[in-house]
Amino acid sequence: MATRAKKRRSAKPKRLTKKDLNAMYRNMLRIRRFEEKTDEFFMAGRVKGAVHVSIGQEACSVGVCTALEDEDAILTTHRGHGHSIAKGTRMPEMMAELLGKSTGLCKARGGSMHIADISKGHYGAHSIVGANMPMATGMGLAYQLEGSGRVAVVFFGDGASNQGSFHESMNLCAIWKLPVIFFCENNHYAVSYHVERSTAVKDISVRAQGYDSPGVTVDGMDVVAVYEATAEAVRRAREGGGPSLIEAKTYRFFGHSRGDPQFGPYRTKEEVDEWRKRDPLTIAADMLKLTEAQKKAHLKAVDKELNDAIDFAEGSPEATLESALEDVYA
Amino acid sequence: MPVLTKDNHEEQDRHGGLGQAQRPVPATVNNSMIGMSSPTRGSGKKPELERNEMREITFVDALTEAHHEEMERDERVIVMGEDVELAYVFGVTKGLAEKFGRDRVRDTPISELGIVGAGVGAAMAGYRPIVEIMFMDFIMLAMDPLINQAAKLRYMLGGQLSVPLVVRTPGGGGVQYGPTHSQCLEAWFMQIPGIKVAAPSDPADAKGLMCAAIRDDNPVLMVEHKMLYKMKGAVPEGEHVTPFGQAAVKREGGDITLIGVGYQVHNCLAAADELAEEGISAEVVDPRTLAPLDTETLAESVRKTNRCIIVEEGHLRSGVGSEISAAVQEEAFDYLDAPIGRVAALDAPIPFEPRLEDFVLPNTANVVDAAKKALGVSV
Ligand SMILES: Cc1ncc(C[n+]2csc(CCOP(=O)(O)OP(=O)(O)O)c2C)c(N)n1
Ligand SMILES: [Mg+2]
Repeated sequence: MATRAKKRRSAKPKRLTKKDLNAMYRNMLRIRRFEEKTDEFFMAGRVKGAVHVSIGQEACSVGVCTALEDEDAILTTHRGHGHSIAKGTRMPEMMAELLGKSTGLCKARGGSMHIADISKGHYGAHSIVGANMPMATGMGLAYQLEGSGRVAVVFFGDGASNQGSFHESMNLCAIWKLPVIFFCENNHYAVSYHVERSTAVKDISVRAQGYDSPGVTVDGMDVVAVYEATAEAVRRAREGGGPSLIEAKTYRFFGHSRGDPQFGPYRTKEEVDEWRKRDPLTIAADMLKLTEAQKKAHLKAVDKELNDAIDFAEGSPEATLESALEDVYA
Repeated sequence: MPVLTKDNHEEQDRHGGLGQAQRPVPATVNNSMIGMSSPTRGSGKKPELERNEMREITFVDALTEAHHEEMERDERVIVMGEDVELAYVFGVTKGLAEKFGRDRVRDTPISELGIVGAGVGAAMAGYRPIVEIMFMDFIMLAMDPLINQAAKLRYMLGGQLSVPLVVRTPGGGGVQYGPTHSQCLEAWFMQIPGIKVAAPSDPADAKGLMCAAIRDDNPVLMVEHKMLYKMKGAVPEGEHVTPFGQAAVKREGGDITLIGVGYQVHNCLAAADELAEEGISAEVVDPRTLAPLDTETLAESVRKTNRCIIVEEGHLRSGVGSEISAAVQEEAFDYLDAPIGRVAALDAPIPFEPRLEDFVLPNTANVVDAAKKALGVSV
């Protein structure tokens, strides 16, 4: 940015009120319902291509984004619908993108794996595993140079933590003290490959030690735990303390992508059931002591928003063939 | 790795190092050869600024000057790369760190993927980064951020942002650095929509194209041939921006068109001199940018001369010449009196040993021979 944004007061992590927690529950439910709908549309052949839903990992998306301001940036992955929604991405335009409509966020050129809404500080889903981390580093560099106090959060998986880009980026952010938060959703699998087989360390967070930066492991099913860890990392980043690595232990309840079953050759039904007992929505609802009626009210409001988004998407025109040749160059 | 600093220039030179006239090209470019007297033609587009106030500077100094001026003009321009603060290898970034500070001009670890990716990110956030890759060969480590991210982001995010990134890198052989430090890989990038590729052949174009690259809102790859760095030539005083997509006629002629890419322009000019001695008048055209490619100016020359040779330093197979040849024949097929000829590096890695290297790289004799063949003159 040419204009130097005013440096914000470095906010002490605010204590969550019941109202905040209620909003967080609502956001997790928005993600859950959006993903269920997306999966349904995919199975019905209405959403084309590859889709990776994040059901089970909602607390990560919402816990992180609750700790961010609108001007802060996120960069996400192939499994990015949850992060997108939590950051405020416009749902109708996002659904339109999934359905390949001209009104889609990316004009039907990106699809599920490349959702972005720059107006909301969402700098894109990047579906080359690990590619988003160097970019987050550069955004952090820009924020440091402009002195704006903004931070960039990069979401990635356990699998991505084995890419060279992770290590190069952590080192760059550490030597330059960049305001970047590396948020690793360890859902224990990269497609079918278990993290214990892929990764030399038990806790991915210890890798931060190699870059003289804080690394913590949190319960990725507990939205409050995720929020608190992120808020602390954000505080540190805004104060010029440099990057942090947060590892959230979590689990995807659905298959990896496109109709991959929930359990099968690489994981058992028992394992999935065990994790489902720790559903992040249930944990948050219990914390809030939500009554059945209150849950119903949440669901009703969320489904109304979702149905409106679907109506918008379905009512939108197809992208024209000519539009496939636009925006190649600025 | 050989390091080029003030102190060891001499040693470099003694060892036939950078910029030495191992190749059949004078270290100083004659003004008449670089388009001072022959005006730049560009498909009816505006001619460049009048070149009245000229002075002789090296290719490196022209690039350095471009950096200084553009960084002064726009504080969003930043520079990153290995050893750029001291400009320790080829010297392009000299004086920048002192003048603009180490926030804007920073050394990086040896992390090509990381730093090119960071350049993409900084560009996404509104800066105009210039990333130096020490040797073009090393760009292979950064193909993901360049090809999968920088070139596609604007498109795949529906035009929501642009990526004004410049990656600069020295390419080419002639300095005995061997297979992994001598390549010309321009053809790899020419193929990719969303990225621009420039390959200047003289100091004036080096400055003009560098300034244009920095001002461009798209990702640009600047390929600087190592043999050109110490070459001197006339550069206009003051602001000098060379628009992309405008080829330049570097020497006028009527019998055959020699299209040269980057450093190979000088082999074409040397060949044109030799051909002139035999009464053959060769026109030398430099596309200057490979993407976008000014097919019209190239074809216009061929429609006049009816014969064409393309000279590049990348490999022959699927090279820059393959693309230019196809484009020219599509535009000028009816005017061609001979098949379009291609001169390029032979299809082997670039060997280190000087005799072998000379054998694999294109030279003036190759160009002369190809031209004579196209003209039906016995070689
Ligand atoms: C560079 C690259 N290699 C491989 C893939 C194919 N791929 C897509 S997702 C994935 C697994 C990623 O695992 P993880 O980082 O743990 O994320 P998760 O899918 O669990 O969210 C793989 C191998 C890819 N998209 N990019
Ligand atoms: Mg995973």
